[in-house]
Amino acid sequence: MLSYTIRRLALAIPTLLVISLIIFLLLDLAPGDPMAQVPLTVPPEVKAQMREALGLGEQVHIRYWKWLVQMTWVEPQVLIDHLFGTSLSEGKLRILSWQHRGPVMDVVVQRLPQTLWVVGTAYLVGILIALPIGIWSAYRRASLFDQAGTFVTVVGYAMPPFFTGPLVIFIFSVQLGWLPSIYDTTHRVTDWNSFTVQLRQMVLPVMVLALQTTAQISRYMRAAVLDSLGQDYVRTARAKGLPEAAVLGVHVLRNALIPVVTVIALGLPAVFGGAIITEQIFSVNGIGAQLIGAIRAGDLPTVHTITFIFAVLIVLANLLADLLYGWLDPRIRYE
Amino acid sequence: MSERASLLRRLARHPGAATGGVLFAAILAAVWLGPLLWPLAPDVIDVRARNLGPGLAHPLGTDQLGRDTLARVLAGGRLSLSVGLAAMAIALGLGTLIGVCAGFFRRLDGPLMRLTDLFLALPLLPLLLVMLLLFRDSLAGIFGPEGGIFVLVVGAIGLTSWMPTARIVRGDTLALKEREFVLAARAAGTGPIGLMTRHILPNVLSPILVSAALGLATAIVTESALSFLGLGFPPDFPSWGRLLSDATIYLADYPERVIAPGLAISLTVLSVTYLGDGLRDALDPRLGR
Amino acid sequence: MHISRYLIGALAALGLGQAALADRGTDGQVNILYWQAPSILNPYLSGGTKDLEAASVVLEPLARYDETGTMVPWLAERIPTLENGDVAEDLTSISWRLRNGLLWSDGTPVTSRDVQFTWEYCTAPGGGCAQIEKYGGITAIDTPDARTVVVHFDGPKPFPYTAFVGAQSPILQHAQFADCTGPRAPECTAENFAPIGTGPFAVEEFRPNDVVTYTANPNYRDPDKPAFARVLLKGGGDATAAGRAVLETGEFDYAWNLQLAPDVLDRMESAGLGQVISTFGALVERIVLNLTDPAPEHGNERSTRAHPHPFLTDPAVREALSLAIDRPLLVELGYGPAGRVTCNIVPAPEIYASDANDACKLQDIARANALLDAAGWVDSDADGVRDKDGAALRMLFQTSTNAVRQDFQALIKQWWSEIGVATELRNIDASVFFGSDPGSPDTFQKFFADAEMFANNFDGTDPEAYLANWHCDQIPTPENQWQGSNIPRYCSGAYNALVDQMRRTGDLEKRAELARAMNDTLMQEFILLPLVDRGRVSANANSLGGVRLNIWDSELWNIADWYRKDG
Repeated sequence: MLSYTIRRLALAIPTLLVISLIIFLLLDLAPGDPMAQVPLTVPPEVKAQMREALGLGEQVHIRYWKWLVQMTWVEPQVLIDHLFGTSLSEGKLRILSWQHRGPVMDVVVQRLPQTLWVVGTAYLVGILIALPIGIWSAYRRASLFDQAGTFVTVVGYAMPPFFTGPLVIFIFSVQLGWLPSIYDTTHRVTDWNSFTVQLRQMVLPVMVLALQTTAQISRYMRAAVLDSLGQDYVRTARAKGLPEAAVLGVHVLRNALIPVVTVIALGLPAVFGGAIITEQIFSVNGIGAQLIGAIRAGDLPTVHTITFIFAVLIVLANLLADLLYGWLDPRIRYE
Repeated sequence: MSERASLLRRLARHPGAATGGVLFAAILAAVWLGPLLWPLAPDVIDVRARNLGPGLAHPLGTDQLGRDTLARVLAGGRLSLSVGLAAMAIALGLGTLIGVCAGFFRRLDGPLMRLTDLFLALPLLPLLLVMLLLFRDSLAGIFGPEGGIFVLVVGAIGLTSWMPTARIVRGDTLALKEREFVLAARAAGTGPIGLMTRHILPNVLSPILVSAALGLATAIVTESALSFLGLGFPPDFPSWGRLLSDATIYLADYPERVIAPGLAISLTVLSVTYLGDGLRDALDPRLGR
Repeated sequence: MHISRYLIGALAALGLGQAALADRGTDGQVNILYWQAPSILNPYLSGGTKDLEAASVVLEPLARYDETGTMVPWLAERIPTLENGDVAEDLTSISWRLRNGLLWSDGTPVTSRDVQFTWEYCTAPGGGCAQIEKYGGITAIDTPDARTVVVHFDGPKPFPYTAFVGAQSPILQHAQFADCTGPRAPECTAENFAPIGTGPFAVEEFRPNDVVTYTANPNYRDPDKPAFARVLLKGGGDATAAGRAVLETGEFDYAWNLQLAPDVLDRMESAGLGQVISTFGALVERIVLNLTDPAPEHGNERSTRAHPHPFLTDPAVREALSLAIDRPLLVELGYGPAGRVTCNIVPAPEIYASDANDACKLQDIARANALLDAAGWVDSDADGVRDKDGAALRMLFQTSTNAVRQDFQALIKQWWSEIGVATELRNIDASVFFGSDPGSPDTFQKFFADAEMFANNFDGTDPEAYLANWHCDQIPTPENQWQGSNIPRYCSGAYNALVDQMRRTGDLEKRAELARAMNDTLMQEFILLPLVDRGRVSANANSLGGVRLNIWDSELWNIADWYRKDG
């Protein structure tokens, strides 16, 4: 298993290099202009000088090489410096954003807390709601509960967050005045009171996001339980006279959870990636908002860096999913 | 083909599948035949009749320029469903092709699965956004403004959603390849193309149909998200997603403008999901009752 | 429970809410919402309005514009003029005198060296300074003593109030930015994120594209101000969310730039928690007509003066296109309180606004048709489109992708069809349309279309540079990489002469007369069809006092005077 993991990790490196190159070249060809947001009152020749100052004059392969070195060599050094108080990265140029001219990674780190708070909680809440719904729907297949569950989850899936977001704001913030509609990223949790404030401001965005997660995971769970209910070992267990709870809890669930756990692991990168639309509606300003803002502003260094981090996370999540699969299902052997 | 007939019979007896199928057919019919029955054009401006509530002349009211909401929902449906169907077709075609080839030809398996992994590891939404920025204008030059963005959205969604289908089809193909009837056909001298089209494909139809239903729903929802982010169809070509996102700010004043496209999206996704569930059940003999 | 009320309650409990208004830092925190989040707090490295305004809370210029567009001394003692002798007789130098006893927020004194350094900072090569235009023509800056700054120009400068005036060119601290000039400017992250200033607040924390928190500047020149102890400037979301947070839920005190449909704003305001405020500047949404032929067969000479336009060179056609537009309806549908009808390309300030073109306010389809008939444009082949000598009135009308602009396009297309003009509509993503990539065929400067719509204005209150945009040498051509602001490709010797004359005229009345004449020339040629004078709409909570919405400078220009109302 260890050698398998190491081999997979080694294989991931060329994959990631190819991906980073594809992304870099694609973005480089894109027709956007980082100066398009500068007002028309700034004359064109000044914009040309500003573009020059961003380093846009250099050739593609040189810029790619610089970025690659900064991403894989300088930024890890910054991290080490930060952790151990060393000064490896001193004087080395980091990846700077074209929008704010600050290091891209600093902003990513700054935005991780709110992204994890909101998107992570929503993922967790979504899974916790989805699993029982999926199990019970499958167990009582075609019952009223199953029908209602299917209906609600499908509608939840079909309703885009740009609609459910304003809807819950209209109900809970405007009409009832119970919950805030704007997320305060400067809020610090220090005691019980500030924790409840944090909870209150998380309720609406978490609600909107969890609806999506619930809808998807519960469908997977239902399908997986249905699958394993039809297997021979379940019939055998029932024939042996095992109580229903034991059949469901031990034989059905253990096997049904295998594919679902994989799906959950594969969804993890999306948690770090944030939720572009929901973040915008509630002004959460997480990593999703950072990415779409950078795309709109033509801030290529930020777009490269964030998409590359996504790619790394996706590769790791895939590996994690495969390892979990092997751990849960002893029939699978990695050689 | 008696197999197909029996499948249809089983589907018709499955209540969920029957409801879903009828509903989906009704939506398709309404959207494509609707303009014959409802003569108002979606882009005719009548500023004197703007912001009307539901009434006889305009059953769903009118928007801020006096365009008929019903006509716009019907037109939006043509766009959204075309996008959904076309994107689904691309994803399925690509996924099936790659899946069958990888499963059937041992030599292709490694490279094709590596390719699938690569696509799975690509961050899809950013990639989608970049593709839209990148090719929007060159394609608009070739296919016209509406055609260009259509090709682009469909292509982008299709190209980024074929991987699950490919994986499932590959797995099933690997299993089928060793089954007796395939071995017998091979022994009888059937070539690889014949084996694939006559023996493998009909037997992997079930997972393909199920992912078709899911793919259609996903494509419609993805298109609406792109519209909201301002990267889908331009404002003058209203898709359901676009109508819904434009109407969201009028939630309190003109709820009918929100309800119409919202209901349309939900009903379509719902009907397709039921149909997909039914198909899966009907095609899986073990679950037959 | 609304957050702002919650805060007031908390402060009242501490016995602070009842304190007199005239003490520094007694009114707690003011929450401001900018739906476009500030990216950087150094205005010299960004031209974006959001960044300029967030920086204006900290960094201040020598003089700025008040809400009527009048220049008022800010860090300077008085406005230098010819009369008070601070502007040299030959108009080649201007001398500013700093107020007495000015301190930076870190407690060190502000000196003329800081002012001089600001000029050096922006003009250092390789820095990519966004405001370098403000320092154009400056040859030297002398600092005879710690409070006097003398700016020398390379020639007579009738309007010398560009450098160090307005939110675009505030004073930086020499001590802080000394090592950040030229190519190092963008690398000074700490400095660019938290500049030391003289304003009523100092930066406490800045998170790019998210939030800025400021605390009252302990060394601010007026000991009784600011009334607020803290400012939270939150960014992100969209205009709808911003309007809602101030007007409907009361979570924030002030929301910036609410470009929303008029009926949406009305409904939000009716919740009774705050009010919508608006003011008008010089931002004009206009249609530009192309006097050159954009046909693709001209290859490299597309949209250049080598090929005159087949029908837009006829003034009758241009006038008819203008007459067919119902401007009051456009304003009502698209902008409501945030727009008003205008027939001028320079609609403000008052002294520059002409009233010679007001006829355009009325739509007159009949007269437009008559004009075209008289000019010989008739529908000879009965296809609904007028033509003459083989040229049909078929136009390509482009703009950026934006819901209001697409509504305008649809309406205008309909009106133009009523006068026998067929229009094809096209919209282009704003980052491409307003980008200036010479490789892209879709920029507004290349103008490969017959008509296009966008909005533009001028910085500050002086339209000299703006009106010079329609000088012959401003025409975008392949030779100058399509960099130029004369989008219609207009070229007239008489107009050029007016531009040159204004460059040499110092007297304000005479400058105004010239500006009106230039505006009238452009309007009566119908090469630019002004549609809407777009104002600025913001909203403030009922409990926030002292707001004076200013379109000529930063909206936060007088944040030192903002206070919390009782009740």
